[in-house]
Amino acid sequence: MTITPVLSAGTVYGVLLNSKEEWNAWAAQMTEPPYKAPPKAPVLYIKTANTWSACGSAIAVPAQAPQVEIGASLALVIGAPAHRVNATQALKHVAGYVLVNDLSLPHASFYRPPVKYKNLDGFLGIGPKLAAPAEVGDPAAVRLVVRVDGALRQTVDCGQMLRPAAQLIADVSEFMTLRRGDVLLLGLGAHRPLARPGQRIEIRAHGIPALGTLSNSLIAEAA
Amino acid sequence: MKHARIAYDGAIHDATEQDGQLHLADGRTVDFDAVVWLPPLAPLPWPRTVLALGLNYADHAKELAFKAPEEPLVFIKGEGSLIGHRAHTVRPTGVDYMHYECELAVVIGRTAKKVRREDAYDFIAGYTVANDYAIRDYLENWYRPNLRVKNRDTCTPLGPWLVDAADIPNPMNLALQTTVNGQVTQSGHTRDMIFDVPFLIEYFSSFMTLHPGDLILTGTPDGVVDCRPGDVIVTEIEGLGALVNTIAAPALTPPLSRREKEKAAP
Repeated sequence: MTITPVLSAGTVYGVLLNSKEEWNAWAAQMTEPPYKAPPKAPVLYIKTANTWSACGSAIAVPAQAPQVEIGASLALVIGAPAHRVNATQALKHVAGYVLVNDLSLPHASFYRPPVKYKNLDGFLGIGPKLAAPAEVGDPAAVRLVVRVDGALRQTVDCGQMLRPAAQLIADVSEFMTLRRGDVLLLGLGAHRPLARPGQRIEIRAHGIPALGTLSNSLIAEAA
Repeated sequence: MKHARIAYDGAIHDATEQDGQLHLADGRTVDFDAVVWLPPLAPLPWPRTVLALGLNYADHAKELAFKAPEEPLVFIKGEGSLIGHRAHTVRPTGVDYMHYECELAVVIGRTAKKVRREDAYDFIAGYTVANDYAIRDYLENWYRPNLRVKNRDTCTPLGPWLVDAADIPNPMNLALQTTVNGQVTQSGHTRDMIFDVPFLIEYFSSFMTLHPGDLILTGTPDGVVDCRPGDVIVTEIEGLGALVNTIAAPALTPPLSRREKEKAAP
């Protein structure tokens, strides 16, 4: 695995359906089987260390997957441990922010944990650098811009999250302690673009140079 | 050999079992009840991958009204949920159903990528006992079992020992048992797993590299029951030892044991 210059021994948690637009698109299905009800608590998943890819590195895509889904997100790196924190205090537990590309094999069902879609080697681009809270300001004002081979493919408005950063930390820390070094992805945008081997994915935060540009190329996995 | 990781006399130590006592690397020998038991795993410079199986025993799948899965039902746990032997696990206030799950835990010993099942045992460092608690009140059908059920602080006791793979000739031939306050409530056998250990290593390593120190919790058999604060839960696997855990109410300092009280008395 890649030991990135940004992350250490903390666990990386992602959250499903935090985008209002994606939630709304799913709303009609939420009461149908197998889901039967909309999610109440934040629905989390873990991006294990084998998924970590440093900024600039190539990410191998398995032969059976013609395309991968790009998951641009702002990631919150925890400083002071957060256990049952109040939303008004939650951002004090953030040591900084980093850009991530949470890659997935496309999958239509959210019923079972997405391990075989999201935990492939290299499937989390990270970096290039940790930005201090003061350099990022209000995380809800962040807008991520996703380009594939230079062409604009998606913008993610971090202000359009069902649970803004502080509320997300509060609601997650209600049932598990976020430890120093743990990372919580704020959430992916709706309409996630696809990319295939040979293409280069770039993610940046509009107007926040301190976060840099996260760049990874996709390559076909060697047979 | 049986390996432990313990806190004793102001420091954390690696220890081995010797004639019913703990032998520390610095030569000291101490009693089992003189130490704090930690999960029997060396720390890693990155977060440990903890894979856990759901519904991997046909009888338990039936108990939970599911048909046996056609491929492994796997979820991932954060390292922060692990605690050691003889510790306390918190039952949240106001829940109706919290149950233990006695599980054979496989500890990876060598980097495993695209391993064939016939080679799988070469990649195992050893085995330990896991108790993979679940609080069923919080089950939701989104990435089920969701982390609010399965990834809570204190809810994954592990230990007491990491037993070398060489000492367990066949991990698919071990009896498992759980007692609650001394009464047997769960008994099963690893031969009844739907997906056995070599299969699981082949399956996971086909798409994700496993690293030394990573864990696979292989699922639990039939016989889970509700646990209440004060209950003593002992999950035991043949040849690996008995993992003791006590259920606690939230935000209560665990009471000192009688031995600790006697020692603390002036």
